[in-house]
Amino acid sequence: MKAQRLIQGNEACALGALYAGCNFYAGYPITPSSEVMEILAQEMPSRGGVFIQMEDEIASISAIIGASWGGAKVLTATSGPGFSLMQEGIGYAAITETPCVIVNCQRWGPSTGQPTKGAQGDVMQAIWGTHGDHPVIVLTASDVRDTFDMTVRAFNLAEAYRVPVILLMDEVLAHMRENIRWPAPGEIEVVERARPSEPRGFKPFDGEAFLPFGAGARFHVTGLAHGPEGFAVADEAAARELKRMVGKVQNRVEELACFTRYRLDDADLAIVSYGITSRPAQSAVDLLRDKGVKAGLLNLKTLWPFPDHLVREAAANADLMLVPELNMGQLVREVARAAGGRCEVRPLSRIDGHLLTPGQIADAAVTPVREGATL
Amino acid sequence: MSEDYRRFIRLSQLPHVWCPGCGNGTIVKALLQSIGDLGLVQDQVVVVSGIGCSGRTPFVLDFNTMHTTHGRALAFAAGVKLANQALHVIVIMGDGDASAIGGNHFIHACRRNLKLTALIFNNGIYGLTGGQQAPTTPTGKRTTTSLAGSIEPAFDLVRLALGAGAGFVARTTSFDHKQMTSYFSQAISHPGFAVVDVITSCPTYFGRMNDVGEPYDLLHYLRDSTAPRDVCSGDTAFAPGADRMPTGVFRCETRDEYGDLCRRKIEAAVEKAGVAV
Repeated sequence: MKAQRLIQGNEACALGALYAGCNFYAGYPITPSSEVMEILAQEMPSRGGVFIQMEDEIASISAIIGASWGGAKVLTATSGPGFSLMQEGIGYAAITETPCVIVNCQRWGPSTGQPTKGAQGDVMQAIWGTHGDHPVIVLTASDVRDTFDMTVRAFNLAEAYRVPVILLMDEVLAHMRENIRWPAPGEIEVVERARPSEPRGFKPFDGEAFLPFGAGARFHVTGLAHGPEGFAVADEAAARELKRMVGKVQNRVEELACFTRYRLDDADLAIVSYGITSRPAQSAVDLLRDKGVKAGLLNLKTLWPFPDHLVREAAANADLMLVPELNMGQLVREVARAAGGRCEVRPLSRIDGHLLTPGQIADAAVTPVREGATL
Repeated sequence: MSEDYRRFIRLSQLPHVWCPGCGNGTIVKALLQSIGDLGLVQDQVVVVSGIGCSGRTPFVLDFNTMHTTHGRALAFAAGVKLANQALHVIVIMGDGDASAIGGNHFIHACRRNLKLTALIFNNGIYGLTGGQQAPTTPTGKRTTTSLAGSIEPAFDLVRLALGAGAGFVARTTSFDHKQMTSYFSQAISHPGFAVVDVITSCPTYFGRMNDVGEPYDLLHYLRDSTAPRDVCSGDTAFAPGADRMPTGVFRCETRDEYGDLCRRKIEAAVEKAGVAV
């Protein structure tokens, strides 16, 4: 394997999944994520893994959940319309604490929208898309190597905490090619799901230990509210179990927070961004610094559970927080909540299917806000 | 009965949710007898269900059991089976589960021919939600959403499965324990996707709303509204003028099985990769 490789984001995602030990992929073609499945269709068999093209996205997510209980490390990739269909399965994966990774290469708009235009419009859906309170981890990536790393991280978190992990990419990142340094085997840690010390008497919902079907125990898995043994519960027991499940994610906010900071230490102007938008945002910081504005960047790679502490800390030192997004203002609401009035929080939207430019971000940071443009 | 099938029951999970007189219990008894007859290793059996009265079956079965989402049992089961082909994966669906919300998964499972055993508990009505019309409700029968009688034609699931390419297709009724057991054993042993359409009775809704009578009368209704396929006129359940639904084995053919093809593809790819290095 070459030390440097020129690959696109979707390829980095597929190869990152293989690096993490993914051995089961089920999916349905959709722009702009299809290369993930095409590459895995080609690469999976020679590594002993299973690739299956299902009849739709509902079947795809159902199949990966089934395969996870069959003992496999599982992935599916899709885009907006398919991601909407997968919400049913994401809820089932959440309540059955099934390790699985779902990649959503975001595209513009609701419904068919603009399939070949990038966007960041699925942030709230990724967090809240399936019905009912539920645990989920949402990650994102901003360049091709980052996509590789965050895919591996998505698997590690799914396996460690038995929770569905959603990796939000976007059309631009999916199809962008960059020359990346290839990680050597073993360079990035790969986490395997914990096994119970003794299969007999295994309780499927009594912690992070996991046993697949056919491994020496017999047990029940259901999407109904259930107790540690997997059988239906109600009332206070149901509340207790839901709290425990959501707590797996919400009690680990700091541990799960993945982020980078750029020139943020002395920043009066903090840009908080994520995904593809962090690239022009970083350039904007340099533009602003050149003009004498003390700007800095907080690049969030974990969008959920939301890292309140990082925003709170940056807000305490800043006068203004700018949140550029390729949507009409989604994560900015979380940022404003976490900032808690410590500084002004200003949204910046672009929704014409193109990326924000460094100049637009820099201008928005120094231009007085038009009336009605604040939160 | 030679087999003590209670070893396959989670006695701690009784009582089950089914109404007195429901046909599901009889079907489950035949299934357990067939599993016992075939000598399947209990730990290696996985029963996957969807949503509805039939979906509640796995709760009381002492195998690896998975109660999934409405209509998707076959898709979940495909994942389980492909991740570990040593497992015997039996899928239990209701008629609405298999042919309404899960119709797409059903036809593609028939086409793909992955070795799964699909049992449809077909009572012609939505029981768990309170007696609404199903795609399998015979034309003219009353339900809570067709009080004047269904104006829709009913789905013939045998013909659907045959058309979609399933290798083993049979229909039986919960009236005929011996036939059920035989068909279940054949279906589980079949080296490919197998479907058994089990016509069963819902005394609480189908029976009461259509004045069929008590559960005992419903059993007679099952008996009298079906007949072996060779004595029925035509191979269809709901042909105009047909008064009886044919039962029997409609197809038993072996063709390339998806799991086997998948294994061969992997072996070839591994060998090729090995040679390339």
